[in-house]
Amino acid sequence: MTVEATDAQASIPGDKGGPALVEWIARRSEGIVIPLAAILVGLAAFSVFVAFLGKSPFDLFGLMVKGGFGSWFSIQNTLARAAPLLLAALCVALPARLGLVVIGGEGAIVLGGVAAAAAAAIALPAVGILPPAFLWVAMALAGMVAGGMWIGLVGFLRHYRAVNETISSLLMAYIGIALMNNFVEGPLRDPSSLNKPSTAPLPADHMIGNIPGMDVHWGLVAGIVACVLSWVLMEKTRWGFAARIAGGNVRAAQIQGLAVGPLILAFTALAGAFAGLAGMIEVAAVQGSANASLAAGYGYTGILVAFLARHNPLAIIPVAFLLGGIEASGGLIQRRLELPDATVLVLQGMLFIIILFSETYYGRFRIFNPDLWKRRA
Amino acid sequence: MAATEIGLWGVPLAILAGAIRVSTPFIFVSLGEAITERSGRINLGLEGTLVFGAMIAYAIAYLTGSPWLGVLAAMASGAVFGLFHGWICKFPKVNDIAIGIAMMQFGLGMAFFFGKAFIQPVAPHLPAIGFGWWSSVPQVRAALDVNVLFLVGIALAIALYWAFRNTRIGLVIRVVGDSSDAARAMGLNPDAVRLLATAAGGALAAAGGAYLSLYYPGSWTEGISSGQGLMAVALVIFARWNPLGCLAAAILFGGAGALGPALQSVGVTGGYYLFYAAPYVLTLVIMIVTSSPGRAVAGAPGELSITR
Repeated sequence: MTVEATDAQASIPGDKGGPALVEWIARRSEGIVIPLAAILVGLAAFSVFVAFLGKSPFDLFGLMVKGGFGSWFSIQNTLARAAPLLLAALCVALPARLGLVVIGGEGAIVLGGVAAAAAAAIALPAVGILPPAFLWVAMALAGMVAGGMWIGLVGFLRHYRAVNETISSLLMAYIGIALMNNFVEGPLRDPSSLNKPSTAPLPADHMIGNIPGMDVHWGLVAGIVACVLSWVLMEKTRWGFAARIAGGNVRAAQIQGLAVGPLILAFTALAGAFAGLAGMIEVAAVQGSANASLAAGYGYTGILVAFLARHNPLAIIPVAFLLGGIEASGGLIQRRLELPDATVLVLQGMLFIIILFSETYYGRFRIFNPDLWKRRA
Repeated sequence: MAATEIGLWGVPLAILAGAIRVSTPFIFVSLGEAITERSGRINLGLEGTLVFGAMIAYAIAYLTGSPWLGVLAAMASGAVFGLFHGWICKFPKVNDIAIGIAMMQFGLGMAFFFGKAFIQPVAPHLPAIGFGWWSSVPQVRAALDVNVLFLVGIALAIALYWAFRNTRIGLVIRVVGDSSDAARAMGLNPDAVRLLATAAGGALAAAGGAYLSLYYPGSWTEGISSGQGLMAVALVIFARWNPLGCLAAAILFGGAGALGPALQSVGVTGGYYLFYAAPYVLTLVIMIVTSSPGRAVAGAPGELSITR
């Protein structure tokens, strides 16, 4: 550490931009170096686990790279898996900036999907007259309103009734899945879906198609746009600034005259709307109808993505790509190494624990804090 | 024959039977979580511990032929999970709630990973005691077949209630939970106390899981838990961290969980999934009713992050 410190000071004379740049890099790199180190430690721990089972960790990581990122085909598979994770992670990251741990995005995803399917059922007759885009807008609005109200209710209960948001959102995820099953097997069921109860399928020409030149649907673009917009909202607007103040200290924010309640409502509702949009995209671009496949665990993997990205909306994009790749390689690992599909779950759990543990190292290293460099010298 | 004789009485009877049968895992998980939370930590990972406990109990019971060895193995594994959670949370800036979520994912992953081989085999069940010998109605007899673990759970709740008030260990846990500073001033090590309290909580949660796989529903599947480990956290808050309250709440939840199947058995099939959601709705409503803004929940340990 001291070596870098003297280097930084040595560059002070002559070059005015030099030390400022070095200090800027030093400050910024803490948020990159620590998570990367944590991922490496997590992978190392997982290697030990795999080695204990008598399999070669090198084979495993080789397959992981090959299955997730090795070819254009696998990259497209990874991107398709990353798409819902982007939106699911935003459902965790936005409330997290307000200091809320919302982990029930799964409920908003499934209800968003059901609401989108219901909207499609209502809007389909009008589509002969209007373009299919009308249908997608109606579905997206329905999904976002359903998801937004669901997680918005979590925020409402948190602020106005002091109900812990972590537990209430999780309970509501179970309730949401039960509601989805009720609708899909009851009022919205398509009588022709026998083995797997589903809502009436969208006509093939009314599905959201693929991005030109790729085998990945437009949901990926929607997710990336949502992440960028969320970043702008958080970092460049006064609402995002107010949210971060409220997340740091509610009392201070209230003394400053910030309306913390509406802020919490707005951010949780927006977070839920993104999750609901993820459900809509699953229906309109992947499944074609709402059914039990909506509860595929994206909401839970999204938690991991958001924590790995330290709730930074832009960082969510590469992290979702990484985890999408790990999930995409699951099938290959299962076939080649004869490991159960839960292998990916174990790896995710290990990564998650170590990432959270790495929080303890922020601010501990002198190298990332230029203010401390001079004091020692 | 008897089924038609008792008619609609089958519903309350089935709810009673369900309350006894379904509540046992709730009793164990909530008592475990009560110990942990009384020490000032919250362990949201008990869901993972419970499912891993269910898997280990089933596997050991199948391999050794003794369901009780299975329960012991589950408790040991649960204690290890708890120790890990307790150890990792002692570091500064590590969030116990988030670590709990991660531990949940890890526990589920490990359970599914090692449990694949035990989905097919049949393991011996835990014994039950028939309290329905006085009745000639088979439903009543079935309803009053009480598992030994249910009775152990009741005894444990009473013992814990007494121990929190009257023993040195109980006092130490409460002091640590209410104020780390006060505990340090008394020469106690809060981290060590919380470590042990989390381990005890994990062991009890895993015992609850063992009940699931070794008695009711009585087999190991990946969908064995319906969130009991998570609901227990809310249940403990509802019970005001009081072990006897946990017992009552657990029985209430068991009854709510049995509502759907009970109605289905007498022919009410509509809205099955909505009845299935009854325990979650009940938990949520209870949380809304019992919490209020502007003040901490009465009886809450002062160091608990979730009520601050």
